[in-house]
Amino acid sequence: MAVKKSDIKVGDTREMELVDDLKRTQLVMYSGASGDYNPLHTDDVYTREAAGYPGVFAHGMLTMGMTGRIVTDMFGVTNVKKYGVRFTNQVWPGDSLKAKATVADIREENGETVADVTIETTNQKGQTVITGNATARLEG
Amino acid sequence: MSDDKKITFPVEATHILMFARSIGDYSPEHVDAEAAKKTEAGGIVAPLTFPQSVAQFDPDYYLRLQPGKPWFGSGRNPSGIEGKPSSSGGLHAEQHFEYMRPLRPGDVLTVTVHDGDTWEKESKRAGKLMFSERITEYRDQNGELVVRARSVGVKTERPVAQG
Repeated sequence: MAVKKSDIKVGDTREMELVDDLKRTQLVMYSGASGDYNPLHTDDVYTREAAGYPGVFAHGMLTMGMTGRIVTDMFGVTNVKKYGVRFTNQVWPGDSLKAKATVADIREENGETVADVTIETTNQKGQTVITGNATARLEG
Repeated sequence: MSDDKKITFPVEATHILMFARSIGDYSPEHVDAEAAKKTEAGGIVAPLTFPQSVAQFDPDYYLRLQPGKPWFGSGRNPSGIEGKPSSSGGLHAEQHFEYMRPLRPGDVLTVTVHDGDTWEKESKRAGKLMFSERITEYRDQNGELVVRARSVGVKTERPVAQG
């Protein structure tokens, strides 16, 4: 489902709900799948009493993984050339996240037409948790 | 991970399935081999952030419990190591991937990790911030570079104040 060059223009936006009421169990699932067993994400006793945070919080990479869906849903996973993010706020159990992607540029790169998008994921309070960008190949 | 480490990372469909579920991505390209054949991908491919799960194959990854070694998480006490950790530990500040092609089941990747730049910054929310960069390169069974990743970690002087 590559996007045709004629079907997209600079300024186009898309929004996607990523998660509603994030569960601690999803943090455990992500730890198990990714191999990142940092107790900050699964061990509430350690996180509160030893590390000094209010409780466990999501792996940045879990939020980046969830956010990646807006990019792959737009362009198709096989067309993505670059994907990068900056983690700006922590994500907590109970948070609900929404991603927004905006087409920033359409240009030629090594003989291909590509689109650059900027990405922002926000929580239910409207705080930004991730900013990022991606570049994907377009068709024709 | 230490400097210039080399890790073998076999890409498997079941691992991709578990990883995709954990990020809430149930696209057929990741979770359904039959349905994936009818998609543009032509079969199962890994989600964008899957390369990070190379951690599973790093024999001495410090964020995995290892038999006989002290673990810093809770057991009888809040922390399994003596005293209070001097900092809140490292946090992830940035992550960037560059894809030459998608990863597919059957790929056997050779992954090299090396340190990049380090720098410091002052922050109101967490005191002194110490940043360090790590570059990870994923090469396939033919020696071709397939993914390049750049990660920026940050160590904070104190836990990040909650805004």
